[in-house]
Amino acid sequence: MLIKTVFSGFGGQGVLMMGYILAVSAMRGGMQVTYLPSYGAEVRGGTANCTVSISDEDIASPVASSPDYVIAMNNPSLIRFEGQIKTKGTIFLNSDLIDIDPEREDIEVFKIPANTLAKKMGSERAMNMIMLGAFVSKTKITSIDSLMNGLTEVINTKSKKQVEINRKGLEMGAKYVLKGEWGCLREKLN
Amino acid sequence: MLLRGSHVYAEAAVRAGCRFYFGYPITPQNELTEYMANALASLPDGVFIQAESELAAINMVIGVSMAGKRAMTSSSSPGISLKQEGISFLSAMELPAVIINTMRGGPGLGNIAASQGDYFQATRGGGHGDYRTIVLAPGSGQEMADLTRAAFEYADRYRIPVIILGDGMMSQMMEPVEFPDPIDPKSLPPKPWVLDGAKDRPSRIIKSLILDTSAMEEHNWKLFRKYEMIEKEISQVELFLTDDARLVVIAYGTASRIARGAIKRVREMGLKVGLMSPKTLWPFPKRYLLEMSRVVTDFLVFEMSTGQMLEDVKLSLEGRRRIHFYGRPGGIISTPDEIAKVINNIYFKEGLETEV
Repeated sequence: MLIKTVFSGFGGQGVLMMGYILAVSAMRGGMQVTYLPSYGAEVRGGTANCTVSISDEDIASPVASSPDYVIAMNNPSLIRFEGQIKTKGTIFLNSDLIDIDPEREDIEVFKIPANTLAKKMGSERAMNMIMLGAFVSKTKITSIDSLMNGLTEVINTKSKKQVEINRKGLEMGAKYVLKGEWGCLREKLN
Repeated sequence: MLLRGSHVYAEAAVRAGCRFYFGYPITPQNELTEYMANALASLPDGVFIQAESELAAINMVIGVSMAGKRAMTSSSSPGISLKQEGISFLSAMELPAVIINTMRGGPGLGNIAASQGDYFQATRGGGHGDYRTIVLAPGSGQEMADLTRAAFEYADRYRIPVIILGDGMMSQMMEPVEFPDPIDPKSLPPKPWVLDGAKDRPSRIIKSLILDTSAMEEHNWKLFRKYEMIEKEISQVELFLTDDARLVVIAYGTASRIARGAIKRVREMGLKVGLMSPKTLWPFPKRYLLEMSRVVTDFLVFEMSTGQMLEDVKLSLEGRRRIHFYGRPGGIISTPDEIAKVINNIYFKEGLETEV
């Protein structure tokens, strides 16, 4: 088993943090992981991104030329990564900021209004955790419990309040999936 | 611990008893400098200096090494070029030091992507004069930790600068790592040659200017004998599925990981292919290769360059076996699928699928 996920969005949306928390969580869950951030020349308002590989054996390349999953937080990310996703792979869109639909018909598309949900929750900055919670809840790439532990491990240097806000974000995202509230374009693929 | 490659080097260095780091910023390894700044500031005996230039940094390393302490500097390709004068001086004066090169695309300023274009510079001496440096090539986060520890030990044991040759991808990537227990620098054995004040003993001199030609010749032979000894003692490889292999891929660092992925793929199709991954680039693990060439007829060298380690493979095998090459320079990272295709082509072209 080898699963590669790309997280992408504006600088400041917390895409690197999403990937980092997922990687730590999966590692604590006993999996092999690599986390590769994009570094160097990215344009402002562009596609800061990272790739997380999770496997039950040694990981050869940490690069994803065709990721299984993409989490796109803004339009440029959708445009950049849509074409790279594996056939029957899945893209998760932050539908509050992405106003275009993917063109490919061989991938699953899930829309999550992350900013709206975050605002409802009282902290718009937690929208990355909402996306991550929804993503993990849908794909079961790791358990929600290990995700919570990963979160605590990664941000334990910050205030308790910060941990709590992020924790609530993850829960909210996960619940959103469980309740089946999301706008799904092509959930069932043959 | 899940840790970024740059941080792995830094943490491993501190745990190896390194309390002196001097660096000048350059992407893609600034996180190493950043980590060292914090780590050494929090140690009572730690010294961190962001030097005014690469030249200054390597000369600070020379100074600390003369005084007998473990010292390190790091940079990326163009910055390492600037340090070469200092590395030549370290070699001449037989001073231990650890230098980390996070290779990037080149020549010139190039780019900041992962590349393996500095193999020649690292393994052939790099600076002026008749010298060698030990060159270590980690292929994973764990090896970055282990080889950094080894680098300090080799440096002290042989009184030689040691270069760790990685790349931008390895320095940026995070992987799980377990560190060895920290060494207290005070517990390290004293060095009988250091310049630490000549009170109650005759003074010592450490220099690289040897005007007398016979003395210079003798010094060169002395270095040469040391290099010969190192070649006998420390060459290291990692083997993967080579036992029944008809074709063996030779790759180091990032390229070795990609090759490993490719080999898993072709093994699924029944191709008998293995991997030999040198952990020491100098000394090049010639004897392992010779041993293997008794039964293996075909070797594929895969590098992220236009072919540099290839020359060492050719020199080692002296025309005995077929040597194939595949390389992508400039910061392109091949995919395991791409290398699997290359392996597949060679395998069938050379008729390796037929039983002997």
